[in-house]
Amino acid sequence: MTLIKFKLNGIDCEIESDPSLRLLDVLRNHFKLTGPKEGCGEGECGACAVLLDGKIVNSCITPLANVHMKEVTTIEGYRETNKYQVLKEAMEFENGFQCGICTPGMMIAAESLLSKNPHPTEEEVRIGISGNLCRCTGYNMIVKAVLRASKKGEGIW
Amino acid sequence: MVNHVIPNTYLDALRYLSDQTFKVIAGGTDLMIQKRGTRETPPNFDSNMLYCFNLKELNYVHKEKLHIHIGSMTPLEVLLHHQDIPEIMKQVIAEMASPAIRNVATLSGNIANASPAGDSLLSLYLLNAEIVLESLNGKRVLPIDQVITGPRQTVISKDEIIKEIIIENPKFSKIQWTKVGGRRADAISKISCLSAVQIKNNKVIDFRLTLGAVYKTVIRSREIESKCIGLTLDQLKENKNTILSLYEGLIQPIDDQRSNRIYRKKVALNIIEKWIADL
Repeated sequence: MTLIKFKLNGIDCEIESDPSLRLLDVLRNHFKLTGPKEGCGEGECGACAVLLDGKIVNSCITPLANVHMKEVTTIEGYRETNKYQVLKEAMEFENGFQCGICTPGMMIAAESLLSKNPHPTEEEVRIGISGNLCRCTGYNMIVKAVLRASKKGEGIW
Repeated sequence: MVNHVIPNTYLDALRYLSDQTFKVIAGGTDLMIQKRGTRETPPNFDSNMLYCFNLKELNYVHKEKLHIHIGSMTPLEVLLHHQDIPEIMKQVIAEMASPAIRNVATLSGNIANASPAGDSLLSLYLLNAEIVLESLNGKRVLPIDQVITGPRQTVISKDEIIKEIIIENPKFSKIQWTKVGGRRADAISKISCLSAVQIKNNKVIDFRLTLGAVYKTVIRSREIESKCIGLTLDQLKENKNTILSLYEGLIQPIDDQRSNRIYRKKVALNIIEKWIADL
């Protein structure tokens, strides 16, 4: 057992735990944050995506040890931001979701992209969400939504 | 009982490695999957684990006159956008996995994992990478092809850690990166080929070619390369079949869930043939 300290959705947290635990399990079971989902469990589908110091990572293959002294943001924390509102409205406008299971991960991927590249090209958006699988939309609506958010959210990223 | 340790400093990490046997884990994108447990359980690590990903002392890119020094815990995504990283390495990294993986995956992870299909390894072989291995007892600097000895096999000692990777940044007239995978992102290579050439006054003055996933390690043959260097471009093309047959002798792929030996060999040779024809 090791004391792991990190910032979770803006709040300082400490947890005495096995450092090899998957971040995903700690988020869902200990902190009851069920926005990140387990899809493939091996880093391929992106349903478990969270931000680690503002960058997308797959929480299903992140050992808890790797977030020690870092900042983790889940979709629950991101929901409290203006950027989320812009992205959410763009996703709704473009119908960028159906069943919804990939949506938290897609939003995290979009945020990770837009925070470093506020005006991405279509190709850059496709690369940005390339680690997130969606079996409903065929991706085109999600790509449109991210491009729309980038335009509508001019100046906030 | 397995110990899990998060060292505070690089020196701490070296001390732990000299005291006990640990497996060093960086971003975890290979180990967390290889040792994956059942749903909602931690991975089944069977050795002590040393979590080094957050060691700031090992996260850097330093450019010196002729070489670039890359700290072993520098994520691939950082390298992809770093001004000092050669274009040829960036082309390879850009097609590796996905942004989420690249944000934590490292060159040192690819080296320690020693998979013949590790894409970044091709750029390391091609750029004459030297790997700095360090322990409390001292430092060793070895060329990449002496560090990796076979699939999942390296010469890294139990008390050593990969400290940094040193690469060259030579001038090339033309480079080519070909990755054959099941899809454009998040695919492990069935076959990969990275090649580069420097041509001056119609003469080949540098020729380098590496192949992945078609042998127990990455293939790079300085013997074949030296036969190509010094030729004119026309002579190189005239000798295409001889060069292909030399590479054919080295390509010994396996059948696995991703591909099979017949396909791998044929496609690898097709890639080399097209590379020479298009020069």
